Amino acid sequence: MTYLAKPKLHHPTLAKNQIGYTRRDYEGAISTLCAGCGHDSISAAIVQACWELDIEPHRVAKLSGIGCSSKTPTYFLGNSHGFNSVHGRMPSVVTGANLANRELIYLGVSGDGDSASIGIGQFAHCMRRGVNMLYIVENNGVYGLTKGQFSATADKGSKSKRGVTNTDEPVDMIGLALMLGATFVARSFSGDKKQLVPLIRAAIEHRGAAFIDVISPCVAFNNHPGSTKSYEFVRQHNEAVNRLDFIEGRSEITADYAPGEIVEVTQHDGSVLRLRKLAPDYDPTNRVKVMNYLQERAAEGEVVTGLLYIKPDSADLHQYLNTVDTPLNQLAERDLCPGSVMLERINAALR
Amino acid sequence: MKPIEAINDFVVKFANVNGSGSASANELFARSILRMGVPVSPRNIFPSNIQGLPTWYEVRVNERGYQGRRGGVDLMVAMNPQTWDKDVKEIEAGGYLFYDNSKALPKSKFRDDVNLIGMPLTEICNATYNDPRQRQLFKNIIYVGALSALLDIDAGEIERLFSEQYKGKEALLQSNIKALRLGREYATEHFSCPIGIRVQRANAVGNRIFVDGNSAAGLGALYGGATVCAWYPITPSSSLAEAFSRHCQKYRVDPATGKQRYAIIQAEDELASIGMAIGAGWNGARAFTATSGPGISLMQEFIGLAYFAEIPVVLIDVQRGGPSTGMPTRTQQSDLLSCAYASHGDTKHVMLFPEDPTECFELTAQALDLADRLQTPVFVMTDLDIGMNTRLCDPFQWDDTRAYDRGKVMSYDELEAGKEFGRYLDVDGDGIPYRTLPGTHPERGAYFTRGTSKDRYARYSETGPDYIDNMQRLARKFETAKSLVPKPLLTPAAKPARFGAIYYGSTSPAMQEALDVLSERGIHVNALRVRGFPFPDEIADFVATHPWVFVIEQNRDAQLKTLLVNEARVNPARLIPILHYDGTPITARFIVDQISQHAGARTVVPIRKAVS
Repeated sequence: MTYLAKPKLHHPTLAKNQIGYTRRDYEGAISTLCAGCGHDSISAAIVQACWELDIEPHRVAKLSGIGCSSKTPTYFLGNSHGFNSVHGRMPSVVTGANLANRELIYLGVSGDGDSASIGIGQFAHCMRRGVNMLYIVENNGVYGLTKGQFSATADKGSKSKRGVTNTDEPVDMIGLALMLGATFVARSFSGDKKQLVPLIRAAIEHRGAAFIDVISPCVAFNNHPGSTKSYEFVRQHNEAVNRLDFIEGRSEITADYAPGEIVEVTQHDGSVLRLRKLAPDYDPTNRVKVMNYLQERAAEGEVVTGLLYIKPDSADLHQYLNTVDTPLNQLAERDLCPGSVMLERINAALR
Repeated sequence: MKPIEAINDFVVKFANVNGSGSASANELFARSILRMGVPVSPRNIFPSNIQGLPTWYEVRVNERGYQGRRGGVDLMVAMNPQTWDKDVKEIEAGGYLFYDNSKALPKSKFRDDVNLIGMPLTEICNATYNDPRQRQLFKNIIYVGALSALLDIDAGEIERLFSEQYKGKEALLQSNIKALRLGREYATEHFSCPIGIRVQRANAVGNRIFVDGNSAAGLGALYGGATVCAWYPITPSSSLAEAFSRHCQKYRVDPATGKQRYAIIQAEDELASIGMAIGAGWNGARAFTATSGPGISLMQEFIGLAYFAEIPVVLIDVQRGGPSTGMPTRTQQSDLLSCAYASHGDTKHVMLFPEDPTECFELTAQALDLADRLQTPVFVMTDLDIGMNTRLCDPFQWDDTRAYDRGKVMSYDELEAGKEFGRYLDVDGDGIPYRTLPGTHPERGAYFTRGTSKDRYARYSETGPDYIDNMQRLARKFETAKSLVPKPLLTPAAKPARFGAIYYGSTSPAMQEALDVLSERGIHVNALRVRGFPFPDEIADFVATHPWVFVIEQNRDAQLKTLLVNEARVNPARLIPILHYDGTPITARFIVDQISQHAGARTVVPIRKAVS
């Protein structure tokens, strides 16, 4: 809960960035998510990326929808304005906020329920418009906050903890983002900080719609065989974690692997994450080839991570609209109101 | 049968097929009368369709300036065979039927009590033009030419309108003048001109302007400083966002850079439209959306968020016939309740009720101030009748010393100086807290905006006392709104009156006329025009001083009356609903009939007088 204050005392040896802030200055309230939740690792990665980028914390606006992932903006960047909007509608709120002030950094945090189900329309149109933002989906294939229902990214044939088989095709957020014109598309794993932090940094610095799909295991409800979000289908065992309404304390997941490898990351509870690092000759600027490659690897049951696509000469909504450089929320009467003399001319033309 | 004789007081109705180019010709007709100093009030009656279906254009000519729909037709310009029977039936006895007699029609298709003016329009067009499109378009101008002779309209005024419209397009100008003269000459030659109804030059227009409510509201948004508009096309509100866009292109482009001082997004749906407006409002830009009833239904969840998280946003609801898809191209005032209490939970919203385009301009600009001041959604409740019809109204005015009221926004300097900031803290006792804009100060003033309940410092809280504290403050804020919304306007009766009447919005022109007619009949009514919700105290006082108060509305369920009883706590027994909701604009005739009946039943005639 946000009223749980973290101690403000900073260790004097904590490293400061170029603008004099320590990592602690980018933190938020203590997380209320389940211990070991992948989402907390993503929050930590955001903190790290912002600290490394020397961003003044208040120059970030963090927005979210509804769900476990959408709660996380409370847990990082405590000196930033946050907006926990309504389910699946974060993209439209960010779009409006961004139009009002083009100078801030916009960070949208969402989940697979929030963005692939109820919010798929707004997700799609936000990508299409090229809103200058970082859009993170913390993807665990399951509804955590309502206790374990399938989300739209759950794989066909996968089983829920209650034993129900999912018969729907999964929504491929990466495929959608690519098709809809996102100019920065990446996938990562919440346990791989080394990969995720640079991706977040790059995405923040990107101009236009940047999308990162972060696979973020739900330790409470989606750690059983048959799901690419749990990876137990790889190991074909481990029933032990599928315990209803019982969450064990777990340490955070970390992974470390070299480029060009398929890596199986054994999680602390025994489940395995199978990740494919990008081949050195992979061309992330060729959208069609990227889309083909991803489809091929997905058919093989592999989860490709990394910076998948980037459009180097990207543009954003403000450029398309040709808005003035001054943020719209700073324009005053003299910039906005044509005044009474002009109004009299308008009247005259209406007679 | 005596032909109708009337100078500067009659109704002409054009029956056309939509997509045939008749709209601009008909508007030309209306404007030419206006240029002769005689007020007109035209109304489009159109289907939800682009081409091929019936459409009507009804022009009331009235030197006294009554602009409500009168009802009845004195001259029917019947250009649509599909609706012939219905159109002919609508003509008043002694009225006139102007029609195309290129093809003979059986006698049974006509009425004995109507004067026939048949003109071979198709024949003339076919003989004059080779191109089928020209035949169609100029047919409209030819009939305007003929009507100018029949009604004694100064053709010079029409030609002047042409030269204004086709400035620099000499070929178009000449071909239109040619068609106009063709029609006029035919009429002068073949009919006895003018007929019984005619236009006489007058001086009854003054400095008034002729504009539609949607353009006016768009201009109000421009003057009021809106910089973000997010909308989704829906009849009858689309032309509002389009007008705003047009105005912005003209008046909001930085001359030095050619860049825009505004952002307009045609969103993917109404949910996104309101979401964007709320995002922009949260971030300190003045933002609005324009929609109609179905859009309001879709926006409910977001409206609740803006209410509870206290975010300024303006919604312009150009109302149409409901429920559901209802009557998309007909008018109603049937969204009052769905806007007043929009969204789940305990919510109440500020509403403004413009009566005409002038007030669409004023109240839209004011709504932007109110939204910032009150940090809440503000609804401008216009409708199709005002929004999509051109109306003669007072010129727009703007005071150049007027500053936008940006409300309680805490600045960097105030935060730096250590001023206490609690996002939901009622510092001034008016229920309105201070807000900060994102990016203001590196260490102070940041908070988390959410639709969940919270304490005074924006910290998440589900405890009862915190919740009640917040809800009561919101109620206090709504009480503050009472003193900020526009006051109701009283039209006192000429003589002491026991009857009161409450009305609002597009009912206004019909009401003004009805009051005059009633007064001539000895029925005196004090009338109060409601302009804002929450209701200022004057409204309850007004009801308290009249034994009977008519509440005139354009919906089935007496929605304003419901709000009056609920919110102004007036005695429901005193309220008599007068309801018009067939989708056509309410008429003075209807109001007079209804009030006369009720007044008759409630007027006790002293025996002495009755027997004398």
